[in-house]
Amino acid sequence: MNCLRSLSTVLSRLEDPDRVGNTAILVLVVITALGFDFTNGFHDTGNAMATSIATKALEPRVAVALSGVLNLVGAFLSLAVAATIASGLVSTKLVTLTVVAAGLAGGITWNLLTWLFGIPSSSSHALIGGVIGATLAAAGGHAVLWHGLVSKVVLPAVLSPIIAALVAATGTYLLYRISRSLTDAARSHGFRIGQIGSACMVSLAHGTNDAQKTMGVITLALIANGTLHAKANAPFWVILSCALAISLGTYIGGWRVIRTLGKGLVEIESPQGMAAESASAAVILLSSSFGYSLSTTHVATGSIIGTGLGKKGAEVRWNVAGRMATAWVFTLPSAALVGAGAEALAHAIGSTTGVVVDLIILAAVAGVIYWRSRGSKVDHNNVNDEWTGSAAPSEPEPAAAA
Amino acid sequence: MSWINLTALWKIVVFGLIAGAGLPALFAFGLKALSMPGGARAQTAGGDSDQLIGGNPLGMVLAAICFLIILAAIGWGIYEVYQIGHPAPAK
Repeated sequence: MNCLRSLSTVLSRLEDPDRVGNTAILVLVVITALGFDFTNGFHDTGNAMATSIATKALEPRVAVALSGVLNLVGAFLSLAVAATIASGLVSTKLVTLTVVAAGLAGGITWNLLTWLFGIPSSSSHALIGGVIGATLAAAGGHAVLWHGLVSKVVLPAVLSPIIAALVAATGTYLLYRISRSLTDAARSHGFRIGQIGSACMVSLAHGTNDAQKTMGVITLALIANGTLHAKANAPFWVILSCALAISLGTYIGGWRVIRTLGKGLVEIESPQGMAAESASAAVILLSSSFGYSLSTTHVATGSIIGTGLGKKGAEVRWNVAGRMATAWVFTLPSAALVGAGAEALAHAIGSTTGVVVDLIILAAVAGVIYWRSRGSKVDHNNVNDEWTGSAAPSEPEPAAAA
Repeated sequence: MSWINLTALWKIVVFGLIAGAGLPALFAFGLKALSMPGGARAQTAGGDSDQLIGGNPLGMVLAAICFLIILAAIGWGIYEVYQIGHPAPAK
């Protein structure tokens, strides 16, 4: 019903020429936001499923399908994070549709670049960075709610991987200690079954946190356009479309990131996989219910490192971890720069045309990145190949022409 | 307004440890109980077998209790998250 009502609102505005431009931009912004949600899904499939795929608890394509469905369910489970994004980070009075569009351009660009290099960086920070950069460029520092940004985004970003690592290390230690009377083969068998459950919980948790971010941004756009009043909750059609976009993205699967997480950081056995996933799921679900928009990527990485620390003799590849941490530090500012640049460009050209030019450039960038990725393809066939130091496995024969 | 919500922080750490490390540990206990030797199938498992079920009736019951507690805890957790994430409209 809400869907029909908002459609009729949109139609009634078509008579007013000023409104037509705005409505066109609104539609573009919503489509772009859903595009971001899609990249969010495939960037993050690895957080839930990388360890299960690495330990062969689940067949790769079954894993991504299961994860997609559970993301869909999770998106409906909690709306606390959507509220944080929509009204807790930037002043809704000073944000325009152009700002939201420019912010999305920043977020998507950074997400695609890190995916190309197989770095599990935070989609959330990319999005938030983009929106904040665009807001700064458009309205200045007073439009950003710095307190909300620090207390609900920056501090959780720093603390959550540490908490996840602590929980995962404790879990790993307990699991090996309790199960030491089992034969290696029986233990591995048992925890592979357990991993299916824990991986499902991570996917569910991912929906409660990550799908919410796009809902928040679309809600922000609707508030900026005057369609919704400030502090409004996400309408049902927003929740549904975001849930579908993220679960589709998850199903497509970000095989590059899955590979880095599952094979690159630590060689993982099934008890470690279960400990890592349980830790991630618990930390993400708890944080979601407090409205903290944390990065599921940071949590999953912290957990995986924790399982390496909790088991005697396990080796953590700190150089891979270091490369990730570097990407994390750069995520907010880089996405903010792209967002600010896009906002400046749109402003220079003028409202509707400016946004359209921004989005065309964005589409072109996305196309180039996709084309580049074809050269070193990672998919469900080679995702588990031996780690040789890079996201794309070395190929025995020359790659087929893309 | 404080920059860091200490109440939320300790809750996330404590409940995180209980759910994120405690529940898998309970699962490990369940596996251990399940593999307790006994009953008719006692001698079938060799040194490198991946067989999980030892056949001990007490072990089976203990394992079932462990797994049921885990399922109940997960169900309760999801219900709580739903409750918190959908606040009733203020009256």
